[in-house]
Amino acid sequence: MPASDIPPNHRDDEERSVAYGVKPSRFVESGGEILDAERCLEIYRLMVRTRALEERTIKMSKSGEGYFWVGGPGEEAVNVCLGLMIKKGQGPAFDYLHLHYRNAGLLLAMGMPMVDHMRQMAMTATDRHSMGRNFVGHYAIAAWNVVPVTSVIEVQYTMAIGTAMVQKRFESDGVSVAVGGDAGTAQGDFSSCMIWASRPGQEVPVLMLVTNNGYGISTPAHTQHSEEHISDRATPFGIRSDNVNGNDPVATWRALERAFNYCRRSRRPYMLEAAVSRLHGHSSSSGAARVGGEPDVVKIFEDQLIGSGILHRELAEMIRHDAAEEADAAAEQVATEPRPLPSDVEKHTYAPSPVDAIYPDDYTGLPR
Amino acid sequence: MATLVQAVRLALHYGETHLGVTDIFGEDVGPPLGGVFTATQGLKTAWNTPLDERGIVGAAMGLALAGAKPVFEIQFCDYAFNMIDMLKVAGNLRWSSAGAYEMPIVMMVPTGAGIRGSIYHSHSYESQATRLAGWKIAMPSDALDAYGLMLSAIVDPNPVMVLLPKALLRVKGDKLIPGEPSDPAELSRRIDAPVGDRSNWQPDWPDVREYFVPFGSGELMREGPTATVLSYGRLLPVCVQVADELRQSHGIECDVIDLRSLFPYDWPMIARSVRKTGRVMIVNEDTEVTNFGEHLLRRIVEEHFYDLLVRPRLVQGKHLPGIGLNPVYESNSVPQPDHIRSALLALATDPA
Repeated sequence: MPASDIPPNHRDDEERSVAYGVKPSRFVESGGEILDAERCLEIYRLMVRTRALEERTIKMSKSGEGYFWVGGPGEEAVNVCLGLMIKKGQGPAFDYLHLHYRNAGLLLAMGMPMVDHMRQMAMTATDRHSMGRNFVGHYAIAAWNVVPVTSVIEVQYTMAIGTAMVQKRFESDGVSVAVGGDAGTAQGDFSSCMIWASRPGQEVPVLMLVTNNGYGISTPAHTQHSEEHISDRATPFGIRSDNVNGNDPVATWRALERAFNYCRRSRRPYMLEAAVSRLHGHSSSSGAARVGGEPDVVKIFEDQLIGSGILHRELAEMIRHDAAEEADAAAEQVATEPRPLPSDVEKHTYAPSPVDAIYPDDYTGLPR
Repeated sequence: MATLVQAVRLALHYGETHLGVTDIFGEDVGPPLGGVFTATQGLKTAWNTPLDERGIVGAAMGLALAGAKPVFEIQFCDYAFNMIDMLKVAGNLRWSSAGAYEMPIVMMVPTGAGIRGSIYHSHSYESQATRLAGWKIAMPSDALDAYGLMLSAIVDPNPVMVLLPKALLRVKGDKLIPGEPSDPAELSRRIDAPVGDRSNWQPDWPDVREYFVPFGSGELMREGPTATVLSYGRLLPVCVQVADELRQSHGIECDVIDLRSLFPYDWPMIARSVRKTGRVMIVNEDTEVTNFGEHLLRRIVEEHFYDLLVRPRLVQGKHLPGIGLNPVYESNSVPQPDHIRSALLALATDPA
């Protein structure tokens, strides 16, 4: 790749690699798939930034800078690969994102600054997602079709039906991406999505992505589910599906790429299940301490890239250091930002209405 | 005059031809049936869904998020209890996203007793519905209001639930909808689908026009100095009838207020009337524990305690697991005209 075509971040990496005397391979091979080196480095950097963001956020939950933490350490590969594939924009010509609360990496890959995540953790008035109203990772970005995340698991799968219907009508190649965990698939809403998305002659482009971390809070999946793969449940609905090792970023990239290509071209649903790790438990409710015995996708990928000659250990260290500094700076910044006021409590309940005698502009408390 | 359900249909027709409604859907809502109560016959954007209330509201929310304007029907409110957390999400989505998104959906749902509907076709829903902050809740008691409230529901950019009193759906109104043919037989010929094969049938829509009943505006149905009756939906016409009878028989003249919009409700109209009469009775058919009427009663007591001449009343359904099929169950657990008459007489004659 000529230097002029390399995005600035990557040029940085390449220059550093050259400085350390590393001659990058052109490709990384893994899981029977290959991916070019530049893309791998881009994914790696974003995964490291995501991990740093999550770890700093966990620290906030313990230090009193925030309360509850929930997130996705261990799901960085799926999130980052997904984020880099999103057709980003507002309206049905673009992808809709119906997420759950473990998708920080996805948003970072789309370009969200760390501080936007930290503001929600710190419950600031400047929190663009919820004005300090919702838990961390409960994003809402209209300009990117990121639909407000709820703590109610699986409702996002039913909403994806509607956005996908409009996308199909619009004759765009936009896809409605619904992301959830494995335990949530026991909810009827998951089945609703399969039934509605595969109605004969009325199929819609929903990409159902299940990140299977093997647990529902404290309950092991194998004690509650008999199916070998959740993605097998797509078969009777005629929904094409696949499962992938989410701890293998190269295989994950390719699996997601196939899923998106299928949805964009066929305008039909697709289900992808990614096996992932859960490195800090369900949430801060279980302490959020690092869990032993789970494969760490960032470490795995780092070793892969070093083994392939794409990354030098010192460069990896610098990337990690930079990411931690970035997260620290973001946390420091939000600490001094304004908090919501009592006068904010009712704001944004109602949109202005021309046919409301009591609330023409917004909610103002009980009718007076 | 149009029936209440014909008025809903005319409003939906106006909505899809003039107000941007893109989708009208639900179980049996599209052709051939056009809704189990016929509310959606002949509409060009009506379609059928799987038998899945959560999927229906979820699809509506997604459609709205992507810029469409959906109206969905839940066949009976008895089947809207499994979707209550979805309704909660719809109501809080704008607030929780600090105004990033709006949720312009309309849910219409038949509610209440009065058709011998047994345990699962007789529920009321207003006490559940009015607890859903972020929603607006309306309940018409006649055809013209049904038309005006449906049009308001459609143009309002917030989630709106229109509770349809199912026992009144076939009742003709006494006021014409703007543009409605004055001959009800002609209206029926033009917009009611024929019984049997209707594959070649097309409605001949009258040129109905815009008419809004704003949210938060009640209607003073009868006026009088003695007492205030607050009601809505199916029991509103019963209250009017009882008030007329008491005027004839006892010379008692009451304010009878049709709330029409349950949230927001017309507090200025309520407060004005309570200040005037000092005697107030709220009438609805929902069950008595945490009844919506209790909220109104609480405000009346707290804010108008010294305006009250006698204790206020709430006439409501009994706290029971259901309404049984044999008429003895319904007539002894849901307010009947006799109950309302004796309660109003007692209220009006209670020594101050």
